[in-house]
Amino acid sequence: MEKFRIDPSQGLEFGIYTLGDHLMNPETGTRLSAKERLNQIIELAKLADEAGLDFFSVGESHQDFFVTQAHTVVLSAIAQATKRIKIGSSASILSTSDPVRVYEDFATIDLLSDSRAEIIAGRASRVGLFDLLGYDLNDYEGLFEEKFALLNQINQEAYVTWKGNYRKALEHAHVLPRAEAPLPIWRAVGGTRSSAIKAGRMGVPMHLAMLGGPVSTFKSVIDAYREALDQSGFHSQHFPIGTAGFFHVAETTQQAQKDMYPYINEGMKRTNGQGFPKQAFALGKDKHNVMNIGSVEEVTEKILYQHDVFKHQRYIGQMDFGGVPFKQLMKNIEYLGEKILPKVKKYTKEEA
Amino acid sequence: MHVVILSGSTVGSKTKTAMLAVEKAFQQHEALTVDMIDLKDYDLVFSDGRHYLDYTGDTKIVTEKIMQADILMIGTPIFQASIPGTLKNVFDLLPTKALEKKVVGLVVTAGSAKHYLVIEQQLKPILSYMKAVVSSAYVFIEEQDFHLKAIVNDDVHFRIQTLVEDTLLLKEAYDGVWQKKEDQYDF
Repeated sequence: MEKFRIDPSQGLEFGIYTLGDHLMNPETGTRLSAKERLNQIIELAKLADEAGLDFFSVGESHQDFFVTQAHTVVLSAIAQATKRIKIGSSASILSTSDPVRVYEDFATIDLLSDSRAEIIAGRASRVGLFDLLGYDLNDYEGLFEEKFALLNQINQEAYVTWKGNYRKALEHAHVLPRAEAPLPIWRAVGGTRSSAIKAGRMGVPMHLAMLGGPVSTFKSVIDAYREALDQSGFHSQHFPIGTAGFFHVAETTQQAQKDMYPYINEGMKRTNGQGFPKQAFALGKDKHNVMNIGSVEEVTEKILYQHDVFKHQRYIGQMDFGGVPFKQLMKNIEYLGEKILPKVKKYTKEEA
Repeated sequence: MHVVILSGSTVGSKTKTAMLAVEKAFQQHEALTVDMIDLKDYDLVFSDGRHYLDYTGDTKIVTEKIMQADILMIGTPIFQASIPGTLKNVFDLLPTKALEKKVVGLVVTAGSAKHYLVIEQQLKPILSYMKAVVSSAYVFIEEQDFHLKAIVNDDVHFRIQTLVEDTLLLKEAYDGVWQKKEDQYDF
């Protein structure tokens, strides 16, 4: 765990992430300017840092209704605005970037932030960026696998000799600057077993997205990942697992659902073409559902329950999707810092 | 209420002729908007698995039009004992739950009565998988019912009229059910 900068004796790591969506607030019908939204994300990272959260990450999406296409630049600003919190991407779309540049960017952020930078690398769930950035969608899988392997090699070796199909060969190339220790590089997994197995076979940490659904279903994905690690000659107990999903707390579960539904529903409509069915959203409050939307007490219990089942090392919550007003985000961070974190940490710490 | 009529073939004229009759039947009803998609007029790519909003050109236009439907009327011929590839491609382009909360009515044209059950066995399972509510009876029209791009069997007109009425009623009934369900939630 140590080489991924995870210390189990500190308990479950708790973070928040933003996809960098730039959506209208459905309650007011207004949308922030890109400038305001970007600054809001930096402010959110600052608050998370001050509240003692472990991790803050920013997504890379190149379609309409998003604002953090240049997510490494945003992370660099966050590095300067924060002091202790780890920072990363959720996710960096490696398929359409050069791994040399990706390493250069993140190693720089790591140096500027006193070793707080991490990469979560994904394949993109949406593919408009292939045309935008000049890649062929037919190479969807090949591009990612090759670039991910190269990025991991660069992360370990300052001088890289490498040959592949999708970029020019490297001959004893010196990739600089070097982070003081290798960067934690996670593989983003969308929720399917097959994708988790790929992460396991490669011997890399897995970050698992889970928007909604039974805890038991995601447990089987996590089991598949750990089995694939062990079968591939790695030791699963050495690899951290992160999970990611919707997060919102209020005084009561009823209030939390009321607060959050319009944002998630309208946001999904805009970005995904279909809203979030109320019936499925209502099921989200069940203890056995992964969606962490509810009262402070119930969500704390759910996070602890998920930790019992998953034995994972990090949870990151998405609380700002769909034009959520900043006041609501501030309130959430306050609840997190004062009520949820102390309890979660207390009960998830591993005895040394 | 928005009705989308999909003529699912790029071959021949019978399915389009039938769907024009469906369109006419809907136009007898008030408070409806009706949009006709004839696949002959569009140049669609084959599905490559991407999200439907990431397509461009005609493919984007057709998939977005279908997603906007409250009622979807699908017209299909039967080729080689199945639905045409053009129509299957439209389904492949859409998300798995694309037809959730949509009511679907079906009109089938075929060269032989032997094709009657193809819809039961091949089209309805696809629609169920995609979460559609399907009006159970469909209009099955044979070659002999057409002449020079016109329907010459009066009974076909009556059956189309019945299908349109039934589909509208089914949508109204389901809207009531869905509303009742929604009203249970206070968020």
